[in-house]
Amino acid sequence: MTAYTATVTVRLKHGVLDPEAETTQKALERLGFELGDLRSADRFEIDLDAADSDEAAERAGEMADRLLANPTIHDYDVTVEAAE
Amino acid sequence: MARVTVSVIRFGGSNCDRDAVRALSQLDVDAEIVWHEDDLPADTTGVVLPGGFSYGDYLRAGAMAAHSPIMDEVRDLADDGVPVLGVCNGAQIGCESKLTPGTFTTNASARFQCEHVNVRVENADTPFTAAYDEGDVLTLPIAHGEGRFEIDDERYDDLVSENRVLFRYCDEHGDVTDAANPNGSTGAVAGVLGERESIAVLMPHPERATLSELGLTDGQGVLDAFA
Repeated sequence: MTAYTATVTVRLKHGVLDPEAETTQKALERLGFELGDLRSADRFEIDLDAADSDEAAERAGEMADRLLANPTIHDYDVTVEAAE
Repeated sequence: MARVTVSVIRFGGSNCDRDAVRALSQLDVDAEIVWHEDDLPADTTGVVLPGGFSYGDYLRAGAMAAHSPIMDEVRDLADDGVPVLGVCNGAQIGCESKLTPGTFTTNASARFQCEHVNVRVENADTPFTAAYDEGDVLTLPIAHGEGRFEIDDERYDDLVSENRVLFRYCDEHGDVTDAANPNGSTGAVAGVLGERESIAVLMPHPERATLSELGLTDGQGVLDAFA
């Protein structure tokens, strides 16, 4: 078994309204920043032991499917690195 | 006659559980609070998932409670036709647990909204709306930050064609308008049905519009499902 860190990034699907991101963008613009658009996402870093990186990614994907993401409004992606 | 007992499930952070019991008692319905780590009483003939902030709304409103083991029991009862009603946070839990379709997420305003709204009865052929006629306009309180109903276009069309939209936000005349939609919900949906008409969730609070001393009683008919 090898120690990995799986990173799950959960984003709203394209086209789903993101009021928090809009509010954040407005706040940045009030501070004088110029920006085209702003999207927010949730990132989960999961330390786990697995036989290989594929297994680590599969397990993190199951976690996203079951709990971390809501398939009605979210997409997610998973990246895996060997833990340092 | 069999004792009729409605189980109002208290999750950590529920705060409308006692309101629900009191409102049901007013309608002569025997109701009791059941802690979510306990089993449902064997004589449960109805389930209320009450409002509140289960698990502090961590991750997403309702996401954690939806995976509480008691929800497996709730699902089994729902499949047997026992009426299950989710209100506010209970509605979010219902959608997160897939008892009902779609999801309730951040209001378009990005604000917590606490106000009275009007909703129109879209389907009066359910236990929760049998007391009303289709098209009736009810005034009910809302109190939520994540009440915007979201669902993809295809599934929304299915909901409409299957007559599973229970309530829509509307103005005092029953017209569904953008101005009368408090949170930007898709199709102005305020409440939906699950796979059967005995499973329903809604964001407004019928239990807060049941006691006559509170001045608003339009919600009684929803709770009549358990009477």
